Amino acid sequence: METTYLILNAIVAGLLLGGLYAAMASGVSISFGMLDVTNIAHPAFIILGSYIAYIVNSNWGFDPIVTSFVVSPLFYLLGLLLYRVYYYAFERKGQQSLRSLAFFFGILFITEVVLILIFGVDYRLVSAAYTEKTIQIAQYAMTPDSTLHVDLPLRMVVPFVVSMVMIFALNWFLSHTFFGRAVLAVAQDQFALRLMGVDPVKIKERAFGLSLAIAGVAGALLIVVQPVQPSIGRDFIGLVFAVCVLGGMGSIKGAVVGAMILGLAESFTSTFAGPSWAPAVSFGLLLLAVAFKPSGLFGR
Amino acid sequence: MQKMSNKVFIPVVYGVALAFGLLSMLAPNDYFYSAAYTVLLFVILSSAWNILGGYTGYVNFGTAAFFAMGAYTTVAIFKFAPGTPLIVMIIAGMLVAGLTGLGMGALTLRLRGVFFSIATLALSVVMFTFVVNWDYVGGARGAYVIAPRVAPLGFGRYIYFLYAVMIFLSATAMIVARIIETSTIGRGLEAIRDDELAAECCGVPTLRLKLLSTTISGALMGMAGTTYPYFVSYVEPASTFNLSYAVNSIAMPLIGGMTTWVGPLIGAVLLGTVQQVVQVTISSAWNLLIVGVLLVLFVTLAPEGIMGLWYDFRKKQRAKKGAAQ
Amino acid sequence: MSEMRSELLVVKGVVKRFGGFTALDGVDLDLKVGERLGLIGPNGSGKSTLVNCICGTLFNDQGSVAFEGEEISRLAAHKRIRRGLARSFQLPKPFATMTVVENLCVPILYAANARPGVVRASPAQAVEQAMEILNKIGLGAKAREMSGGLTQVDMRKLELARAMASRPKLLISDEAMAGLSNSEVDEILELLFAMKEQGIAVIMIEHIMRAVMRFSERVAVLVAGKKIADGDPEEVMRNPEVERAYLGE
Repeated sequence: METTYLILNAIVAGLLLGGLYAAMASGVSISFGMLDVTNIAHPAFIILGSYIAYIVNSNWGFDPIVTSFVVSPLFYLLGLLLYRVYYYAFERKGQQSLRSLAFFFGILFITEVVLILIFGVDYRLVSAAYTEKTIQIAQYAMTPDSTLHVDLPLRMVVPFVVSMVMIFALNWFLSHTFFGRAVLAVAQDQFALRLMGVDPVKIKERAFGLSLAIAGVAGALLIVVQPVQPSIGRDFIGLVFAVCVLGGMGSIKGAVVGAMILGLAESFTSTFAGPSWAPAVSFGLLLLAVAFKPSGLFGR
Repeated sequence: MQKMSNKVFIPVVYGVALAFGLLSMLAPNDYFYSAAYTVLLFVILSSAWNILGGYTGYVNFGTAAFFAMGAYTTVAIFKFAPGTPLIVMIIAGMLVAGLTGLGMGALTLRLRGVFFSIATLALSVVMFTFVVNWDYVGGARGAYVIAPRVAPLGFGRYIYFLYAVMIFLSATAMIVARIIETSTIGRGLEAIRDDELAAECCGVPTLRLKLLSTTISGALMGMAGTTYPYFVSYVEPASTFNLSYAVNSIAMPLIGGMTTWVGPLIGAVLLGTVQQVVQVTISSAWNLLIVGVLLVLFVTLAPEGIMGLWYDFRKKQRAKKGAAQ
Repeated sequence: MSEMRSELLVVKGVVKRFGGFTALDGVDLDLKVGERLGLIGPNGSGKSTLVNCICGTLFNDQGSVAFEGEEISRLAAHKRIRRGLARSFQLPKPFATMTVVENLCVPILYAANARPGVVRASPAQAVEQAMEILNKIGLGAKAREMSGGLTQVDMRKLELARAMASRPKLLISDEAMAGLSNSEVDEILELLFAMKEQGIAVIMIEHIMRAVMRFSERVAVLVAGKKIADGDPEEVMRNPEVERAYLGE
């Protein structure tokens, strides 16, 4: 019975974690999967989002998640700017791979070091009404004084719900609006877009902005779930790309499934092998995915 | 301009290295040796990175992992048999790191280059996790590696010996890079960098050459790490896997210039020295910021690095002379 | 005359699918030593896919490709050019950071040198051989220029020169003339005719019918992944099915 509850808890925790990962990775599904821009600095912008939520929350007590949606236009603008630089320095010249990778790596590094210079290397947290509460369900009395139950900590449940709603809206937006369909077309047929009088560069620029706006929100969700420190960003690089590759690159729905798989895998590793092994899981899955099924689980 | 043949180049480099080593004996204090050791470490790491990055066009973000593999090979051997000569550790570390490079390459190099790069980024995280959980080499707490009291070959203090070894290893790394660069293999790598499909269709065995270059590059990075435990005498995962190794080994060749062995050397000496100065005068966080900013600036504004700027300058000078005559 | 020449390339029942789309649907094609074949067909008919399957940049799903009597359809591309099967690319793919002459050294060092029974050229000899080819092809004066900065027509010539440098027995020229002016087309055509003197078989893929008709001893027509005609150029062009499917467009 205890093992059953251990497994049940691991499944629930894994799915909740997967919700967070989906938010963190869906931006990469847009930039890397659809636009073919390998933005390895994406996790750095997630951490930036965490810190903005942290500053506003610790100084004025505002809700971190609401804050992140309010400031997401700033991330969007940052994305426009970054894509501009990327476009003029690399994409236009056709030197996409080597130097642009180094460029984004530099951006990742600069963001991290600046955050360290300002905030130091201490872990930071936020507080909101839901961060301390845990709901317990499926209670089962083993003996009169010990009960087994499945934990639903609200600090995980709230980000999960927000993430799922956001991704649902994003998916609807991409498949039902002209802009969304143009983004999907940008990867496949730029020529057709030009014939329709759409500038692919403009489309890519805005879509990239969108991916950073999502990163900002994901950052707030992250700091609700766990304390954040500037250099944890790079630990998530393997994770977000693993989710993106597992999910079949440019598919938002695929990314959600990939994120759930990863969440479950990490949760089970933490439960049965110890939390210190968890960071290796995403890498292992990434490597397996890349080596054996690069087109993703639902490959095109 | 006639290129020097490798038969001349090898003795020249070792000769210069020896002269440099002898000159260092005039150094006023021990700080010089430790600063110079660090710069030499970066000479090796950036030369090694450039074999895959500059010559072949594949970005390795996992320098720290390969470096740490060399370092932890030394730690493991030291724990097992403390009296083992350094040369054994160097060779073992090269083997471990080289084979890891080969394995990584075999798994990811059939695909587009970005997948290899992302995989190397994640490699650092997993190797870190592995070492943190490996108690034999000290786990997260770290381990002491005490250098023998008497250095071999009559060097007196061990730091002098380590420094001499590092000079020799740097010279070797540059020679390896130069030999690859001037050989048929180098021509093949260059073809892969320019256009992999065309290279394959010109008879270049692209997969095999890419694997060769990840292996050599990884082995040299591991080599750089093998002496590190004796240098710091206390090894722990967080500093050994420091991301600054990856950033520096990418920034240095990019800033120096990636097409020849000279670029990484210039980049490493320049950036390495600046960092040593900034670290002492300001702080280590600031020096990392400088590296990051320089990397981004060079890659966007002067993508061919200092060597590229120099060639452009020479070309303009020549054009001016031509116009004047 | 042609009956006496032996088979160089035999393609049998080659099928290539991309997901649900069948790009090649059981294509047969054969070529004799030194023969000049024109391969035509509308856009998207599978010509380039066929070239890719023959040269090894794609692997066919079914069927066989034999070169000089040996099955090669599982060999990597670099092993096929080493046997003498060279191609040029539709969109030129120069090694842009190398000079023109260095571009040619790559196939000399990696393809021609790797062929059994060939005297291996040293790097210096490779440069000499490359210069010889460049002079013949009219790029001698630009040998030391960076290949990334060449004009379109020179880029096409470089593609052919690089293919020739591997000392091929068969050269596949994939739309080497698209977008060139009339006189430039003639220049390229001269180069391809010169291959015959060296006994090199040529498959020419082209949309410019004037060039195809002048060049080919035989013409094969590919439509929607199937070969619908193969034979004497004049007869093939009179074939009503060809007219309907290809010229009727």
